[in-house]
Amino acid sequence: MNLTRRVFIRGAAAAAALLALPRALLAWPEKAFEAKSQDDTLNALFGTTETTESSAVVLSAPDIAENGAVVPVSVSSTLENVESISVIVEQNPSPLAASFDLGPNAVADVSTRLKMGKTSNVMAVVKADGKLHTASKEVKVTIGGCGG
Amino acid sequence: MASSIRVKVKLSGDVAEVKSLMKHEMETGTRKDSKTGETVPAHYIKEVKAELNGAPVMTANWGPAVSKNPYFAFSVRGAKAGDTLKISWVDNKGETASEETTIS
Repeated sequence: MNLTRRVFIRGAAAAAALLALPRALLAWPEKAFEAKSQDDTLNALFGTTETTESSAVVLSAPDIAENGAVVPVSVSSTLENVESISVIVEQNPSPLAASFDLGPNAVADVSTRLKMGKTSNVMAVVKADGKLHTASKEVKVTIGGCGG
Repeated sequence: MASSIRVKVKLSGDVAEVKSLMKHEMETGTRKDSKTGETVPAHYIKEVKAELNGAPVMTANWGPAVSKNPYFAFSVRGAKAGDTLKISWVDNKGETASEETTIS
């Protein structure tokens, strides 16, 4: 009896370790990247669509992107305690392009380059102190970034 | 093999400005091969991790909408010369790459 109990405990511990491992690896927000609309993306990422337009969020992107395959986008914020920065391209097949989780030493200022299928509103969402602050900008695309 | 990540760090005060370029095709999975007409399977970086002296600084979760050969710039507070900055990525096929650089 004691033996079965021991085996059971060992098995349970192994199962717990197995469960914990993929959870750490699965931090990638799959549902948010699969979402097809801006609201679904926000819901999947943050569980709410309640956002506030804020001048403390600075989104820089070109007015006109000649090449939709490479659109430089930067997001910075003067807000304190920034937890994450996400970039949503409304008209892309999957609107969520990138989401950055910031540690305590990270400066709220990230830059990358994105693909845009067509002219679209680009929204930066900064999560700070549990609230969502946004900035938006329309980027006109003359040549699409999806093999066009 | 030469690393597929290029990292440049500029230290100003205690803030390290990091610029990185990763070599990756970033296939969306929606593009069709012009010769065969078959859809090219998705192949893109999902997660990029930045660490300073082993402590996590930032994790970037990416979708296929990030451009080919991704560019990623960010800044870290509390850095000094001699610190180690590490950038690593994992793509949707489980391939990985990483690069370490010493801040000077």
